[in-house]
Amino acid sequence: MPDMTREKTILQLTDIRKQYGSDGVITQVLHGVNLSLQEGEFTALIGPSGSGKSTLLNIIGLLEQATSGSLRMQERETGTLSEEELTRLRGRSIGFVFQFHHLIPSFTALENVMMPLMLEEGRPTPAQRERAAGLLARVGLADRLDFKPAKLSGGQQQRVAIARALATNPPLILADEPTGNLDTAAADEIFKLLYEVNQESGTTFLIVTHDPRLAKRCLRVIELVDGRIVS
Amino acid sequence: MRIEWLLALRFLREGRAQTFFMLGGVTMGVGVIVFLTSLITGLQRSIIQKTLGTQAHVVMRAPDDEARRIIRPTDSLAVSASVERRAQRLRSILQWQQVMRDLEQRPDVTAVSPLVAGSSFAVRGSASKSVALMGVEPERYTRIVPMSTFMKEGEFRITANDAAIGMDLARDLGATLGDKIRLQTADGRDETITVVGIFDVGIRDLNHRWVFITLRSAQNLLDLVGGVSSIDVTVNDLFKAETISEQLAGQTGLVAESWMKTNAQLMAGLRSQNASSFLIQFFVIISVAFGIASVLVVSVIQKSREVGILRAMGCTRRRIQHIFLLQGAMVGLVGSLLGCGLGALLVTFFARTALNPDGTPIFPVVLESRMFLVAAGVATITGILAAAAPAVRAAKLDPVVAIRNA
Ligand SMILES: Nc1ncnc2c1ncn2[C@@H]1O[C@H](COP(=O)(O)OP(=O)(O)OP(=O)(O)O)[C@@H](O)[C@H]1O
Ligand SMILES: [Mg+2]
Repeated sequence: MPDMTREKTILQLTDIRKQYGSDGVITQVLHGVNLSLQEGEFTALIGPSGSGKSTLLNIIGLLEQATSGSLRMQERETGTLSEEELTRLRGRSIGFVFQFHHLIPSFTALENVMMPLMLEEGRPTPAQRERAAGLLARVGLADRLDFKPAKLSGGQQQRVAIARALATNPPLILADEPTGNLDTAAADEIFKLLYEVNQESGTTFLIVTHDPRLAKRCLRVIELVDGRIVS
Repeated sequence: MRIEWLLALRFLREGRAQTFFMLGGVTMGVGVIVFLTSLITGLQRSIIQKTLGTQAHVVMRAPDDEARRIIRPTDSLAVSASVERRAQRLRSILQWQQVMRDLEQRPDVTAVSPLVAGSSFAVRGSASKSVALMGVEPERYTRIVPMSTFMKEGEFRITANDAAIGMDLARDLGATLGDKIRLQTADGRDETITVVGIFDVGIRDLNHRWVFITLRSAQNLLDLVGGVSSIDVTVNDLFKAETISEQLAGQTGLVAESWMKTNAQLMAGLRSQNASSFLIQFFVIISVAFGIASVLVVSVIQKSREVGILRAMGCTRRRIQHIFLLQGAMVGLVGSLLGCGLGALLVTFFARTALNPDGTPIFPVVLESRMFLVAAGVATITGILAAAAPAVRAAKLDPVVAIRNA
């Protein structure tokens, strides 16, 4: 367990609102969300379909911007950053695991895991290769380094995606229904892996899930209903 | 290798058929341009070579006699500026030896040769033909027009009362080497010369009319003792002949006429040929560019998921844009190299098949490295420009949309 006495706030959301559509039909998706995540937390985000979970996750992941409200990432206000600065901050600070693995088909498992590092450093290096191979070994794919995604099972693809999310050693990993596409056994495995990584490295996790069984295993559960946090 | 290059290459390799079509388009386009350019260059060179085979680059002669105005123009009376010119008599260039020495000093002048030209009749037996007398110093004249390469019989070595005549004149007069011919001018002077050479310059009219004799014989016959009627000049850069001729005129006070002016019609023809070939090349390039652009636009749409993933992982918009620009550049460069190969092949094939009846190629193959460099450069730039719109489009893709629509 991370040392609770030296707890640091990784993420601080204040009154986040999001609406879609400019004139005409305006859909308000998030109605003033307040939320903070501490370093090392392993949190589930649950809620009915259409409640705005993915939208919230994308805003936290700096993939889209809130209509209003403040988002502080590692004590840093992000509202004033330029598009390019946001992109770089995203590359450094956030790892993504999506429901559909979202690996790049023409690259091998190893190259996919190296991708965030290559993007950060501008070119591939032997050190990146070593780190990517280590991460793939950690998720149990030491013998699949040179496989293209299409040659891997759903569970294996999701493991590669987890290794990729870990590549830059980001403080925060966001997972949007990472097990939504897997059978129960594979889902349990992936969930276990995420939890282990959290315990080993102290990386903060925010995981969207529909599966109450899995949510129960998280230390903290946030429930979103109609764009508001209810618990 | 930088990540942009890696991704651009991988995307190209992945979109096999698309890449193939883009490369094919560039290859054909560049191939056509290379072929067309070398064909036209070759044809033009051989036309110019043929034209200049029997002409000096610049001909200098004495200025015309000024025709004097009979009426003095006054303020109230407008006078026609055109005054009838006098019939010109053959005039010598003043101090022509000095002028020749001066011309020879110039670095852009490679040969200078004096000429005494005029007309007379060539008479042998009952046959009489009107001919053009060319009084020359053979060694000098050979550096203006390579007469020694045109000789069919005998040699272009004229001394004393020797003469070299064209093969058609020889046939008309029934003359062979060693035969004597009488040259007779309109004002009654005459001289008997011996045929020591018979030439074929490839132009029938000249083969009929040209009679080469020594400078001295011509001076005597044409009543120009000690003088010359013109000075022929060869320059180091053919296409600067006009500019140089203007300078020579200024320097010497003589009238100088370049081959470009003498053959104004030919020059106009060549220029319009160049213009139309440029136009064709321009449109070939445009259509190649449209080909690349339309394929890349589709490829951007197909790759939108990958682009979204890359953006989520910290890839900046600028980098996405570069990845697609690089694809255009690579297609342009590689396609142009293939196209140069194709063009060279076509030209070589054409030169082998298009032959004169005697088996020599109709035109010389002109394949210059400069042309290949230009083709490669133009194609690469075209590729980049064609990729600009698709690249901007790719950079603008919203990662959320791209990821959600998995
Ligand atoms: N780009 C958009 N334009 C308009 N409406 C949108 C847009 N994106 C999302 N929405 C709407 O916002 C609401 C929340 O969507 P979101 O994807 O965040 O829900 P969710 O909680 O992730 O649902 P699920 O559990 O089905 O994934 C939905 O009603 C959706 O239609
Ligand atoms: Mg969702």
